[in-house]
Amino acid sequence: MSYPTIKGASYILVHAPDMVLNNGTTQTTEKYLHPDSEYLKNLPSHLRTYEEAVNYLPNQVYIGNHHPDELRKYEQPWHDKKIEGATREGRFGEIMPQDEFIGMMKIVDSFDLVKLSVEFTKDVKAKLIKHPLITDEMVANLKQGETLSDIEGLIQEHGAEGLFFNGKLVGCVKRAHDVDQNLNAHVLFENLVSKASGVLAALHLLDKNDIIPDEIDYVIECSEEACGDMNQRGGGNFSKAIAEVAGLINASGSDIRGFCAAPIHSIISAASLVKAGTFKKVMIVSGGSTAKLGMNGKDHVKKDLPILEDVIGGFAMVIAENDGENPILRTDLVGKHNVGTGSSPQAVITSLVTDPLDRGNLKITDIDKFSVEMQNPDVTKPAGAGDVPNANYKMIAALGVKRGELERSGINDFILNHGMEGWAPTQGHIPSGVPYIGFGREDILKGKIDKAMIIGKGSLFLGRMTNLFDGASIVMEKNPGNIQEEKGVSEEEIRRLVAEAMRDFASHLLKD
Amino acid sequence: MEIQGRVKDLTEKYGAENMVVIIGGAEAEAAGLAAETVTAGDPTYAGPLAGVVLGLRVYHAVEEEFKNEVDPEVYDEQIGMMEMVLDVDEISKEVSTMRNEYSQYKD
Repeated sequence: MSYPTIKGASYILVHAPDMVLNNGTTQTTEKYLHPDSEYLKNLPSHLRTYEEAVNYLPNQVYIGNHHPDELRKYEQPWHDKKIEGATREGRFGEIMPQDEFIGMMKIVDSFDLVKLSVEFTKDVKAKLIKHPLITDEMVANLKQGETLSDIEGLIQEHGAEGLFFNGKLVGCVKRAHDVDQNLNAHVLFENLVSKASGVLAALHLLDKNDIIPDEIDYVIECSEEACGDMNQRGGGNFSKAIAEVAGLINASGSDIRGFCAAPIHSIISAASLVKAGTFKKVMIVSGGSTAKLGMNGKDHVKKDLPILEDVIGGFAMVIAENDGENPILRTDLVGKHNVGTGSSPQAVITSLVTDPLDRGNLKITDIDKFSVEMQNPDVTKPAGAGDVPNANYKMIAALGVKRGELERSGINDFILNHGMEGWAPTQGHIPSGVPYIGFGREDILKGKIDKAMIIGKGSLFLGRMTNLFDGASIVMEKNPGNIQEEKGVSEEEIRRLVAEAMRDFASHLLKD
Repeated sequence: MEIQGRVKDLTEKYGAENMVVIIGGAEAEAAGLAAETVTAGDPTYAGPLAGVVLGLRVYHAVEEEFKNEVDPEVYDEQIGMMEMVLDVDEISKEVSTMRNEYSQYKD
């Protein structure tokens, strides 16, 4: 059987402190309900500088500069730990500063909705022109800029949403319709952030893995935003919008939604498309969300911590035909939470972890690394949500004990050997199984591990259409290398077999 | 918040004596808070049960009292794994403290 492979992955972050203040829903809700609250007064002094966000170990892990194994070498919390040699650029992507990202929002804007001031445009143009992945053609999209008074007018009189940098107004996102709530400035702001961060992830994916843009056949986008108008709220298609800017001229695409589980559903779909031979190379891409910036800010401020949810995340990966080298995706070892599965943690973990393993006659301990919801515990622990990856590993281990594959006393060792500390920002779909794929691919290629299971879960009930929970999983493993053999019996082999059968038949005739 | 509203509505409809609340939260502190909410009222004064003393019967799914009431096979299938993962003693302590103090039914 010839399986599809993971050809490469990219991971990007955008430092966005002004968007924490102006666009994160915890903050916008607080401004609406308690505009004079202590939290809003104290919040700005808890924001990190760009350098602080770059010098943060989980962020350096996310972009590939440190392996997740290194997280255990540093005692938690990590926000006050100094790390050596932190850089903006990473093996998998980069941490983009907010001003350049605002420039990216303008670059990816197809409808002249983003207006930037003349001065800011000049500054950001000088920076983006030096960016190795931003072409001159992209920079030209920044145009010349507008006067600040025109921008203020659009905000005050025409419902535009302000774009701020270091607390100063530098531009705005206009609404695209006077009445349509799905095309108001708030929605377009979120969608343009998602598109721009998705584009950045796609550009890094192509660059870091020597992927020729023309060879991408199809793109699946899996963020948590919805683009459309009042007649089709979630009409889509972020995929083609991102593919267009990234220059994927031979690609079509579509969006997959499923809350935090969308990335794993996308991986399964992309892998199946490649396995079926429908497409040869499928890109999965997602940008991040402004809504979740500073989501747990109240707890962080209360505990005098910095606002750690100050980055927008993004990722991309390519799933391609078997090349005999890259790790394969076992499309026959897929787990899924069914409508009838039930919502008890035991039922969920069974459906996602042990059901697919049983199909492959594998034990829980045969999986070297489990990539679950890799949320950064630095963010979740002070907010009372505990250590999310650790809680997942405990459940997987406990199921292993129940199945007799693990001693109860071996739970902690199992977590140490088969688990990891979390490092991904709490942007829903961003930590959901996918952060390890880049490292997992390298760990498998280096022979460090053989098998990893990627697990994603989603809280469907948040959309109020069902009380159901969701999740899915897939196993990635070392490529056995023998593609020819995998493809089945060759023509020559068939000739040999037929000839042998004929000889056999003839000898029987002679005997008779 | 919504769940607080549902507990309040159901209690009004069926009467407090006919209600039992089963908590499934993973953290002892959060489970204690939930138990307090449905007995003495929402201590955070944020939801519909703020200042509403329902005094309901309340148990956590890993407490002995609940475990003894259900089919052991079903319990093992649904909760056995989480029983291994959660801090059962701490959760039981938090929830039973609230129940003993604020529930109006001492059966």
